[in-house]
Amino acid sequence: MAASVPSVQEKWTGKVREVTLGALPADGGTRGRTVTVGGENTLPFLHFEGEVPHRPAIAIEIWDHPPEDWSPILLEAWGDVLQDVGAWAKKAEEVGADLIALTLDSAHPEKGNTSGEQARATVRKVLEATTLPLIVYGPGQVDKDNEVLVAVAEEAAGERVALGNCEEGNYRTIVAAALAHGHLVIGKTPIDVNLAKQLNILISDMRLDLDRILMDPTTGALGYGLEYTYSVMERLKLAALMGDSMTQQPMIVTTGFEAWRAKEARVNEGVPAEWGDWTKRSLLWETITTMALLEAGANIVVMRHPEAVKKIRQVIDKLMTKA
Amino acid sequence: MGLSGLAIYKLLPKTNCKECGFPTCLAFAMKLAARQVELSACPYVSDEAKAVLDAASAPPIRLVKVGPEERKVEVGNETVLFRHEKTFYHPPGFFYRLKDDEPADAFAARLEAVANYGVERVGIELKADGIALQSAAGSADAFGERAAQVVSAGLPLVLIADDPQVMEAGLKAAQGMAPLIYAANAENWETMASLAAQYGAPLAVFGEGLETLAELTEKIKGKGVEDMVLDPGTRGWSDSLAAFTQLRRLAIKKNYRPLGYPIIAFPGEGTEDELEEALLAGQYVAKYAGFIVMDHFDPASLYPLLTLRQNIYTDPQKPIQVSPGLYEIGKPTPESPLLVTTNFSLTYFSVAGEVEGSGIPAWLLVADSEGMSVLTAWAAGKFDAERIAKAVKSMGVAEKVAHRKIIIPGYVSSISGELEDELPDWEILVGPREAINIPSFLKQFAA
Ligand code: B12
Ligand code: SF4
Repeated sequence: MAASVPSVQEKWTGKVREVTLGALPADGGTRGRTVTVGGENTLPFLHFEGEVPHRPAIAIEIWDHPPEDWSPILLEAWGDVLQDVGAWAKKAEEVGADLIALTLDSAHPEKGNTSGEQARATVRKVLEATTLPLIVYGPGQVDKDNEVLVAVAEEAAGERVALGNCEEGNYRTIVAAALAHGHLVIGKTPIDVNLAKQLNILISDMRLDLDRILMDPTTGALGYGLEYTYSVMERLKLAALMGDSMTQQPMIVTTGFEAWRAKEARVNEGVPAEWGDWTKRSLLWETITTMALLEAGANIVVMRHPEAVKKIRQVIDKLMTKA
Repeated sequence: MGLSGLAIYKLLPKTNCKECGFPTCLAFAMKLAARQVELSACPYVSDEAKAVLDAASAPPIRLVKVGPEERKVEVGNETVLFRHEKTFYHPPGFFYRLKDDEPADAFAARLEAVANYGVERVGIELKADGIALQSAAGSADAFGERAAQVVSAGLPLVLIADDPQVMEAGLKAAQGMAPLIYAANAENWETMASLAAQYGAPLAVFGEGLETLAELTEKIKGKGVEDMVLDPGTRGWSDSLAAFTQLRRLAIKKNYRPLGYPIIAFPGEGTEDELEEALLAGQYVAKYAGFIVMDHFDPASLYPLLTLRQNIYTDPQKPIQVSPGLYEIGKPTPESPLLVTTNFSLTYFSVAGEVEGSGIPAWLLVADSEGMSVLTAWAAGKFDAERIAKAVKSMGVAEKVAHRKIIIPGYVSSISGELEDELPDWEILVGPREAINIPSFLKQFAA
């Protein structure tokens, strides 16, 4: 007697929108390839009940000036390329990035206050150094974000760069720049389903097409709020699959930035012996944070350490293999 | 899941005698369906009805206990697919695999490392859970001896052996320890089931494919064994995710009894690579494993995994908190520095840990922020000037601290002005943003 096990396949009515980063020469850009994310009509990697047409993409975070307060482990892993944003971008492509996430940190008023002109030059340099599509983040200070991202949008017109971050109080200028020059935007909200929806609505009300919006639900690292991010992402993904249109944007999370802020990754002095080997522990801090959020529905992960990137690439390969 | 109110009503006496405290049997049935009352409140239910109702109200995933009471690992009895729907209750156990043919001193050293591992995070002690002892020598004596060694270390055990005779030697050595037998399969299930029954030990069942597995558990249940654990035979990322998700859905959404048991996973069998083993174990933590058998013991991977487990199994409605109050770090005097923070455990312990590490005794005032971190609480209005001032006034700070200087977190520097208004006698000092920088700040401050 063969047991007949009931089917538990869900029939979801909705799916995540497809969003393409980067533009080929034929489409007005200069990229060697484009990256499309989203499109899935099931929960992460459940090939038995739906389609996962695009693998999650890995972006590597690079800065426009050498980061001073990064963990020594990261500084050592990247070495000399930290001195030159073009070399860094090239190296990032070599170690397996799908996307380059450039942070214009030097534009921060407390970190150099560099100008829009400088931002243009930086972006130009990165576009020339790599063939990958770009994400560009401002320094995270409202006025400077507007200033440098507008300059970047102009300089990289037609390249389908993802510009970030748009937040509730500060999205108009960036969305307008994306509209004017053929880019995408990243909308960021603090770990809340309704706030995420609301921001998507506000952005699309400005007539930016929905296939040009990524959402960042805010990342908490392993041990530092991961569970909140994890659950809000699961809730957003479920809402998307159940057909709630304004939750159907692909999700991007900054796992490298958050994981490497954690004490466990940053330092080794005066920490308990039970935390184990520093390098291994810190790699796991970044990769476990990333793995967990991939399984919660991340479509783009922004990472930092080259070894962590390699591992996550293997994990994605395996998760994309149909069982 | 359980039965509907109407279905329950059909099983009740239908006399409306009111002894249960409800006006009608139907009203009582509705409360039962909502799990708001106990069946025992009705003195007149028939034994037959009781049996039906008990079976229907059994948890969809059986609770299985492994190990001695003091260090038991209890898994199963989960009620949801996603943690935000309620919470995940019974965190998976990490068991480290040791083989019985390892040289005695290597074996003893590894056993000790696992047994002694313990680390505190946000005020909670985290430990490795147990040993998965595998028969490699093929000898009953060797297996029994090693099992006895694990027992004397007090650790919960998974016993891995194909040969029932070898298994029995392990079970004899671990009597009263409720070791998990791994595993019954299509060939040996009858002998393994009788061992499980004889020794009162839970039994893992191996079967490739869910049909095979369901068939086996039914047969084994027929032999009187109730405590089972499932191994659907998957070892990789994608196949395990699919199988474990289906198992969880079958139990929770279909109340499918033949597969309503916890799952055992072997991440080390899915890869050669130690880092990947840890990552795959992470998938198993998030996605539904009850027992995780690891091949490499290393604090550098165990600590992040225990942290992940703590995160995933935290109640989403209730952050882990400490009580508000004035805490002493070291042995502070009335002249020692005073810092203020929130009562989110993660925040408190990050700060307390750094203050302690600085070697400078200090007072740490923990304001009631309803369990939120500094910035979250600030954004929600639960850690503003008013709340901090209230904490200063209500917690007897002025009696214990002679000076009038209070250090606030760097992230809320913007409230200093308002806080000065609330606390006119006090000098408000802005500390560093990250706790990591507290020691150097305090050293300068004390100098
Ligand atoms: C997890 C989280 C939540 C969880 C709550 C977790 C909790 N129990 O607190 C949830 C999802 C519920 C949440 C909700 C909200 N959140 Co929130 N959340 C986070 C997140 C991801 C992590 C916070 C955390 O746990 N940090 C770790 C702890 C240890 O940090 P900490 O308390 O600050 O402590 C550190 C320092 O401050 C310092 N420190 C602490 N005390 C002291 C004392 C002294 C004297 C010194 C010197 C130093 C010091 O040491 C610690 C270690 O370095 C952050 C973003 C991020 N990635 O950081 C956003 C964040 C804090 N949230 C934010 C917001 C806006 C909100 C909401 C208001 C959103 C909304 N409108 O709904 C709500 C508010 C709550 C509500 N209304 O119910 C914003 C705050 C923005 C701002 N700058 O004000 C953040 C920064 C996200 C963002 N970028 O927008 N959030
Ligand atoms: S005690 Fe039992 S029989 Fe009497 S009303 Fe309640 S449910 Fe009905």
